[in-house]
Amino acid sequence: MSDLWEVFVRPKRGLAHVHVGSLHAADAELALHHARDVYTRRSEGVSIWVVPSVQVTASSPDEQDSFFDPAADKVYRHPSFYEVPDELQI
Amino acid sequence: MTSFESAIAEGARIEPRDAMPEDYRATLIRQIAQHAHSEIIGMQPEGAWITRAPSLRRKAILLAKVQDEAGHGLYLYAAAETLGVARSELYDALLTGRQKYSSIFNYPTLTWADVGTIGWLVDGAAIVNQVPLCRCSYGPYARGMVRICKEESFHQRQGFESLLALSNGTPGQHAMAQDAVNRWWWPSLMMFGPPDTDSPHSARSTAWGIKRFSNDTLRQRFVDMVVPQAEVLGLSLPDPDLRFDEGRGSWDFGPVDFTELREVVAGNGPCNAERLAHRRAAEDDGAWVREAARVHAAKQVRRGAA
Ligand SMILES: [Fe+2]
Ligand SMILES: [Fe+2]
Repeated sequence: MSDLWEVFVRPKRGLAHVHVGSLHAADAELALHHARDVYTRRSEGVSIWVVPSVQVTASSPDEQDSFFDPAADKVYRHPSFYEVPDELQI
Repeated sequence: MTSFESAIAEGARIEPRDAMPEDYRATLIRQIAQHAHSEIIGMQPEGAWITRAPSLRRKAILLAKVQDEAGHGLYLYAAAETLGVARSELYDALLTGRQKYSSIFNYPTLTWADVGTIGWLVDGAAIVNQVPLCRCSYGPYARGMVRICKEESFHQRQGFESLLALSNGTPGQHAMAQDAVNRWWWPSLMMFGPPDTDSPHSARSTAWGIKRFSNDTLRQRFVDMVVPQAEVLGLSLPDPDLRFDEGRGSWDFGPVDFTELREVVAGNGPCNAERLAHRRAAEDDGAWVREAARVHAAKQVRRGAA
């Protein structure tokens, strides 16, 4: 099995975990320790997730257009689609 | 136009699973790997002084700096791996000499003043080289560089401070600082690579948004940044041709010995063999730790499954 892990860091409370990079480790516990040393030497985080890279399922960039197409022609999902009188503050 | 070409033309970032020309991929792997190797080998010249730092304060600072360089190497190896190359292949390429690292780390650190000088000049040159890479077309490399550049400014400042203390110290300390600057000045200028007239892949890297400025442009930028700083330090730079050109608004400087650069890159610098031998020994000495961690992890999995 590959020993590659993806690392996600929550920069501070109230913010979501963000992907910061990857690292190699034999198991999850070591991955967490390495992640702390590699990615948070200056208090860049208050919480870390590590996920085995092979567990990430990603959408394919080749299908980007067709995959996200259904959203493209639904302009009525955006507030700017609607004409309302200017004086109405909504 | 392919989606790759239009992304490059728009200045958009290329991300790991995007289609990209094989040459783009190979160029990036080579450049990012070489950069990662430089960070890792770069720990050695300064690391040699950790046990001999003149005070606890300087020792803690140096330890943190060398640790940062390890971190930089790891960010960059991770970025290279997104291009489909395995970490083990990269280590192997370094140890067998198939891939290079920066020529600067093949010079010895003879005195404590070398440590401050490296922070000031070598990290200073690295910053000039690296800041434009924060806008490089390959996403993971650019993001790694942003992280690295944030940390580099501490490296340069601590070096400057340390060197200033020596320069303002006893006559012996001042002379030691001057000697270190004399030895590191020209190798620092070589860090920007061969002159533009002899830089065969530059045009392509520029077209691909990997390289933003030419070697000579960055070298000049470095000289212009550092000359006034040397004055603040009260130290001279070992180049009789240094003079300010009012017309250009830049400092003229003497010819860099690119024969020396070629020789050092070819493996004939003062410390090439020592650096690789040290790296190889570190790899071998750590093998049992990695093996133990692997066996322990496998055992935990078996126990969990039982
Ligand atoms: Fe670095
Ligand atoms: Fe540095």
